[in-house]
Amino acid sequence: MTISENEQQRVIDWALRENACTPEALLPVLHAIQDALQYIPELAFDALAHALNLSRADIFGVISFYSDFRLQPPGRHLLRLCRAEACQAMGGRSLEAEVRRRLQIEFHATTDDGHVTLEPVYCLGACACAPALTLDGSLHGRVDLARLSVLLDQLEIPR
Amino acid sequence: MTTATVYVPGDSGAIAVGAEEVARAIVGESDSRNIAINLVRNGSRGLYWLEPMIEVVREGRRYAYGPVKTDDIAGLFDADFLRGGDHPLALGWTEDIPYLREQERLTFRRVGVVDPRSLSDFIAHDGFTGLRRALALAPSAIVDEVITSGLRGRGGAAFPTGIKWRTVAETVSVQKYVVCNADEGDSGTFADRMLMEGDPFLLIEGLTIAGIAVGATRGIIYIRSEYPHAERMLQQAIMVASEAGYLGIDILCSGRSFMLEIRRGAGAYVCGEETALLESLEGRRGQVRFKPPLPAHKGLFGQPTVVNNVISLATVPVILQRGAAFYAEFGRGRSRGTQPFQLSGNVRRGGLIEKAFGLTLGELIFDWGGGTATGNAVRAAQVGGPLGAYLPTLHFDTPLDYEAFAARSAMIGHGGVVVFDSTVDMAEMARFAMEFCAVESCGKCTPCRIGSVRGRELIDRIIAGDDVVRNIETLRDLCDTMMEASLCALGGMAPLPVLSALEYFSADFARDDMPEAAQRD
Ligand SMILES: Cc1cc2nc3c(=O)[nH]c(=O)nc-3n(C[C@H](O)[C@H](O)[C@H](O)COP(=O)(O)O)c2cc1C
Ligand code: SF4
Ligand code: FES
Repeated sequence: MTISENEQQRVIDWALRENACTPEALLPVLHAIQDALQYIPELAFDALAHALNLSRADIFGVISFYSDFRLQPPGRHLLRLCRAEACQAMGGRSLEAEVRRRLQIEFHATTDDGHVTLEPVYCLGACACAPALTLDGSLHGRVDLARLSVLLDQLEIPR
Repeated sequence: MTTATVYVPGDSGAIAVGAEEVARAIVGESDSRNIAINLVRNGSRGLYWLEPMIEVVREGRRYAYGPVKTDDIAGLFDADFLRGGDHPLALGWTEDIPYLREQERLTFRRVGVVDPRSLSDFIAHDGFTGLRRALALAPSAIVDEVITSGLRGRGGAAFPTGIKWRTVAETVSVQKYVVCNADEGDSGTFADRMLMEGDPFLLIEGLTIAGIAVGATRGIIYIRSEYPHAERMLQQAIMVASEAGYLGIDILCSGRSFMLEIRRGAGAYVCGEETALLESLEGRRGQVRFKPPLPAHKGLFGQPTVVNNVISLATVPVILQRGAAFYAEFGRGRSRGTQPFQLSGNVRRGGLIEKAFGLTLGELIFDWGGGTATGNAVRAAQVGGPLGAYLPTLHFDTPLDYEAFAARSAMIGHGGVVVFDSTVDMAEMARFAMEFCAVESCGKCTPCRIGSVRGRELIDRIIAGDDVVRNIETLRDLCDTMMEASLCALGGMAPLPVLSALEYFSADFARDDMPEAAQRD
């Protein structure tokens, strides 16, 4: 899914309008852009630097520090698997292995067909219903291999 | 006939196991049967193994069923569950479920009970009575009350909340801030999330009291991005509270003002550390600041700032309402009051248990938790998040209080307890602790940034059976360096899980090439 530069620019302008033009608005602005576009496009750098009185290096430094922000569009689906201890105690590692096997990718990668992006997450607050993951933003708990298989099967039906 | 009320949790933990589908099925079924119902999306009672747990009102009391699946709905209607009819999923009176009955719910007394979207429900359950009392007191008297209660920070460091407030109150400045730390990064913890989703007005009340006590007119809730549902609940609650005059200018015509806003984190564990959090709020990379200055003197934008955890702040209203002496009666030693413990991992009955400090770890895991979910023997519990020690069953007699845990080189932290069964490989868990530290290090100091990577490599070698005795020795030295020389507790405490694993589960590190004598548990 490509987003035209016009559309990107429109989102960036809107994100800047919605927030005060001060350096501390950087995170809220980045969130607003990524909520709309799912990533931070190259176009944003100069616009944000100018509007928030920051350097491009400042902006890049912040984007690279926080694991939420992406510089590339993700796949059509986003799978975030909890790798933390409570989920491990309930079989999280075998889920991890199964996801890798099915999708043939590692964490922080997107399948070749651009279908699914896999990201690690360290606790989703659903520890008492472990293991947990989010798929396109929806939280799923008590995910055993069978449940995982159903979720992945649903994804493999092309839209 | 009066319209029956059905409670189906809107808590994201319950939604993760199907509460949304259950709610939809109940509405669908009642429509097709032409029965009018009043559906309330309450918070979770915290009995997660029973979620989705639904409740109805029978003889004026709440009656529970669970765990409910969509397939069960038709049968529940057939059994007339709306009036508490008999059904295999019936759990009886909610408050008589032993897991809940034996708790001491002060901070969580409303969670799961009320409709978290309803200000009138909050007020009907004593909401804002703490704030009203605070408004009638001099600010210094509020601070004294919190000091006397013995409340210590529930975010992890256990610093006395009232003392922190006094420092900010006594520091002169035109603009002070109260920052609520809702980053809840510790794995195995979910109390902040449950509270924000299940009783968001309570957090607003606590924050407002803090603002009045220290003379801060602005408050900010820094919430992790993994909690979108909690963020929405808070956003809505702030709007409603502002419209009703509980927030904003001239609160309840008292002449005091307090503005509250929400800021979202962006996936960095270290931003739960208070100074990294402040950096993040100022729009920068979340790197830890050197102390001094303390945030209480120079915090957000260089101004005096209270940084408190969600649970610390949400506990203040009950202290004001019932009095410091009432609160301080709970607890043990220097750990006063109650703590919402969060039990998870490989445990039969995972959930939230608010209890006075002092019960033992074993009571929590066996009496409440019922042992492991798999039915295997319990082998270890990690207490206090990813930087907390792994304890063997031998030490399950340790009372849950700050000092008793410190004496075991362990910590209670934010109150998370993660249980592992006999299949756990503790060398792998030690490796994970170092890996986590490497992933999440803010990079400001070398012992943490480089040490964690080196630590993971060393454990890899140990797991591979390579020069095990020497590598363990090097690993211990490395842990010492990290503990002594790290700037914050991420690098300073990541060695805790590693060293405790080495200490109590040494057999897991004994690979084939090890001399017999070293291969003991
Ligand atoms: C690496 C690290 C992560 C932390 N994460 C959190 C957190 O997620 N939530 C929290 O309340 N405190 C966290 N803390 C503790 C805070 O630095 C601080 O002590 C706390 O917010 C103070 O509030 P309290 O006194 O009410 O506990 C963390 C500390 C460190 C070193
Ligand atoms: S110990 Fe780690 S997280 Fe803490 S300041 Fe040093 S590098 Fe940053
Ligand atoms: S540890 Fe996986 S959700 Fe908390």
